Amino acid sequence: MTAIPAATTTTHLMTINMGPQHPSTHGVLRLLLELDGEMIIKAVPHIGFLHRGVEKLAEYRTYHQCIPLTDRLDYVAPFSNNLAYALTVEKLLGMEVPERAQHIRVILCELTRISSHLLWLATHALDLGAMTVFFYCFRERETIYDIFEMVSGARMNLSYIRVGGVSRDLPGGFLEKTRNFIAEFPARLNEYETLLTENIIWKKRTVGVGVISAEDAIDYGLSGPSLRGSGVNWDIRKAEPYSSYDKYHFTVPLGKNGDVYDRYLVRIEEMRQSNSIVHQALNILPSGDFIARIPNITLPPKEDVETKMESMIQHFKIIIDGIKPPKGEVYTSIEAPKGELGFYIVSDGSSHPYRLKIRPPSFVNLEALPKMVEGRLLPDVVAVIGSLDIVLGEIDR
Amino acid sequence: MDNETIASLVKNNFPEAITGSAIFRNELTLIVKKEYITEVAGFLKGNKELDFDFLSDLCGVDRVETDGVFEVVYHLYSIYKNHRVRLKVAVASNDPRISTVTGVWNTANWHERETYDMYGIKFDGHPDLRKILTPDDFEGHPLRKDYPVDGRQPATLREIYRKDEA
Repeated sequence: MTAIPAATTTTHLMTINMGPQHPSTHGVLRLLLELDGEMIIKAVPHIGFLHRGVEKLAEYRTYHQCIPLTDRLDYVAPFSNNLAYALTVEKLLGMEVPERAQHIRVILCELTRISSHLLWLATHALDLGAMTVFFYCFRERETIYDIFEMVSGARMNLSYIRVGGVSRDLPGGFLEKTRNFIAEFPARLNEYETLLTENIIWKKRTVGVGVISAEDAIDYGLSGPSLRGSGVNWDIRKAEPYSSYDKYHFTVPLGKNGDVYDRYLVRIEEMRQSNSIVHQALNILPSGDFIARIPNITLPPKEDVETKMESMIQHFKIIIDGIKPPKGEVYTSIEAPKGELGFYIVSDGSSHPYRLKIRPPSFVNLEALPKMVEGRLLPDVVAVIGSLDIVLGEIDR
Repeated sequence: MDNETIASLVKNNFPEAITGSAIFRNELTLIVKKEYITEVAGFLKGNKELDFDFLSDLCGVDRVETDGVFEVVYHLYSIYKNHRVRLKVAVASNDPRISTVTGVWNTANWHERETYDMYGIKFDGHPDLRKILTPDDFEGHPLRKDYPVDGRQPATLREIYRKDEA
């Protein structure tokens, strides 16, 4: 910051501590704010309260055992983490995933995006005083969690993905329940919009707040809706399509001004697009294998393990010995609900990753927070944190 | 731009700085000499053909046991040209330090702090090189291979933060 605004109310600066136990910091984020009256002169984020050493733990686990670790990064979008990790290992192995598995992954990935954005909208609106939205969003999120439970048996930490596909085929009743949800959801979205989009209080809290220009956003490494709110057209699903995303028609919503309101509009429209992607995926979902059949790499289906000797031995070998990818290093990133989620794996040819680096979108997005709030008022901090949609689980890892 | 063109373009401009390159799974890796990293980074961002405006990731890798070095790995992306490159720089493990790239990409700030925290690699010229994820009085650098996975700190967090309570 070069030009510090002249003291307006007092010559004494006050330093206050926001968080780590503060409802609007979305977890355990601590902000040290230097205030002149209500104006923020300096903001210093302190993170790491949730550091569990996931990257260290991964070096001591086989490639399959790392999957549950990834769930617990961005715990409101666990499926995206699973997918990014699995894609990286698959790239390292140089293997193909069956088409059915790819489309199943897309369906769940987009449902995850909707559920993640619903949680963002619920808490963001709650932070700014709009309580009704919270209840509406959680109602829809509940349905999505029911769908997740049908598929994987778990509501939050799915771990549904396996290297080479998914752990089991979609259960009976899944298609119907998902169809019902996506038929209903656009109307629900319109409902939220009537509460907020033209709401004068909402607009006064968000329009022109937390502005970041396109150049600055790129320089600070923002990604996902936080970057597109500034009008930068970059979506990894379009730029580097993975998991058959090139077979779907969808638009990438963009903002203009890079403020909190534009980021809000971008995410709302993204939910509509995700809904349409799920719709398309259900229509083109091909039949076939849900996991690739490669001996010594992919787990055999559970029914075979229970009935066939060979499959049981194979399963046992993969679980006990792990898979051994070739020596090398790969970086893969996907468009997670919060931005570019990347995994960098260095393999030394053994059954454990030599190094696993996670590039969490929230970590990088949070870095731009001081840039957005310095020189603004204290209540704007709450609005800006909400608009960045951070999850401390993946920031601290 | 494809990987070969990127590699040859950078090599032609910095024949003495690039000591090697590799393409694995269609990903380009360039090995850069430590002294040239800021220069090469500035070139990759500034060159209109390459236009690497986005630093995706920056991290360390422990290669002390095999090569006696730490590696600093940069993942670059160009939003408008849609291509990627990986830079790898080796720094000696007895005095791990390297110039910062915060002057080229602002986002490097926290990534370099994390690398410093996890590996103890010092970034010369960094505006605010502090630990970022571990507590202030955490001893050691947890992602180094010689740090045990069940490593215990001398004092527990309770002892640190609640030392006034009996």
